Amino acid sequence: MLKSSLGAAAVALAAVYALVVVPAEGQMTTMINGSVYASYGILALSLALIWGYGGILSFGQAAFFGLGGYAYAIAALNLGNTWAALVIAVALAGASAAVLGYFMFWGRISDVYLGVITLTVSLILYRFLNQTAGDEWTIGSAPLGGFNGIPSTPILTLPGLPDEPLSPEQIYVLAMGALFVGYLACKLLVATHFGRVVVSIRENEMRAELLGYDARLYKLGLFTFAGALAGIGGVLFANCVFVSPNMFNLQTNGQLIIWVIVGGLGTLAGPVIGCFLLLMLATFLGTVHQGGGTNWFDPNLVLGVLLTLVVVALRKGLLPLAIAGFDAIAARRGQRGRLARAADPLVCEPQAE
Amino acid sequence: MTEALILEARGLTMRFGGVTAVDGVDLKVRPGELRCLIGPNGAGKSTFFKMLSGQLRPSAGDVVFKGISLVGLPASRIARLGIGIKTQVPSVFNGLTVAAGVTLAARRSLPPMLARARTDETLARIGIGRLRDRLVGELAHGQRQLVELAMVLAPQPDLVLLDEPAAGMTADEVSRLADLVVELTRSSAVIIVEHDMQFIRRIARDVTVFNCGRVLAEGPAGQVLADQRVKDVYLGKEAA
Repeated sequence: MLKSSLGAAAVALAAVYALVVVPAEGQMTTMINGSVYASYGILALSLALIWGYGGILSFGQAAFFGLGGYAYAIAALNLGNTWAALVIAVALAGASAAVLGYFMFWGRISDVYLGVITLTVSLILYRFLNQTAGDEWTIGSAPLGGFNGIPSTPILTLPGLPDEPLSPEQIYVLAMGALFVGYLACKLLVATHFGRVVVSIRENEMRAELLGYDARLYKLGLFTFAGALAGIGGVLFANCVFVSPNMFNLQTNGQLIIWVIVGGLGTLAGPVIGCFLLLMLATFLGTVHQGGGTNWFDPNLVLGVLLTLVVVALRKGLLPLAIAGFDAIAARRGQRGRLARAADPLVCEPQAE
Repeated sequence: MTEALILEARGLTMRFGGVTAVDGVDLKVRPGELRCLIGPNGAGKSTFFKMLSGQLRPSAGDVVFKGISLVGLPASRIARLGIGIKTQVPSVFNGLTVAAGVTLAARRSLPPMLARARTDETLARIGIGRLRDRLVGELAHGQRQLVELAMVLAPQPDLVLLDEPAAGMTADEVSRLADLVVELTRSSAVIIVEHDMQFIRRIARDVTVFNCGRVLAEGPAGQVLADQRVKDVYLGKEAA
């Protein structure tokens, strides 16, 4: 009880910092980086949900991130209405997840095979979009742009004012806001009966079936929701960077797995924290690497070593480690308190605390 | 016998490659009946259960439950029709608490408040109320058997399949289980696979003996257990 209220307080504090303090400080680089981190954070959240709670290891979750981004860019260029494009993009990402999920779950595919299939789908999209350079590859008035993607992705506008694109600060607040709302939505979802059934399926799929729950249907629902969530991340990414085939590539998918593992599989906040920390570290290492003229190390090498350390030494990831540390301190405090009271004959056990 | 049947298996057959695990089994069960399935290891009892519960699709034959053919239906649908199964190796949610698992089972057919009440009622009935907040993965084998039984009974199925429920239980637990199984027949039909002859003699009314995937004998417990062929099968002599 105490732990969950402390967790809620920490999330609320983080939200105040990200949504009030950072915009008030007005550091443009922080906000631009923050927008990118938040859009990736939503992607991390989507994998945290399906892998950590549903036991579905999608190695190609970035496919829905990329599809969301591309669908947004293409719809916005064609329709001119960016909010309609957002709705279309999220719906398309969710629908794609539903179609892929249908074939996987009704085909009873799970474990590593599911990872391979999802990664393959993502890499096929990557390959496909990479070769869409040239005038013949346009959808309506949107050129797909091959390797370069769609740099002319329209920015979301103020609602009702189609000619006023949001400023980078507003995009930042929108992206961070979406991350927190997404987190709360996932948190609520896992607390519902649906969420409990999903966890029970992760625990023992056959038992859940024998109790009358059609595991395929529940997994499909979860996968579709997570696909739509990843799509929201993709739309925000399109608004703070632009869409390109790299959204689908192996590096994006691999990083995503690393964020979840480092942050803590089986939690929702952990993977988002992992995503932010590792992206910040990568940005920092990149700055050192380029700015200081020190080209004797590769930032990716540092990240690789870090991941290895986490997998070998921490196993469960950062957030579970922090929670375990908190528990240990609380337990020691409680014990010391009891010992102190026991040692002091004048102190009576309080009747009610 | 004019009474309606709750379950009827006709020529139920399961082949795995060249091996026929269950070979043309017919079985009729009336509502509220308690039927014991016995037979040596490998006789096809668990395979038969798996076909009834939808874990395996029969190679041939048909199973009709409350007038509906179960062949080809997914396990979840069969469970919703009212068949609950306790598997041979306890199949439970190790990562959940006892109460959470049982509530999940009850919740399928009940709104939240009623599901919680049903959980309390079921845990009390099976006598594991004190375990309600324990993680299932931490419990002893016999206790996990009881937790699984609670999950099976919580939705109040019309037909309960119990595959070796007494395995790994203490004498006390076995005795309580026997009472429970008998009491269960007031609301459900029960088919039970068990090796413990003491347990069988205590609860059994009708016994069906499986051997080599076929029904070897069927009838009232006393009569069947006295049958020379059944004795031969259990003593390891070749019956055929």
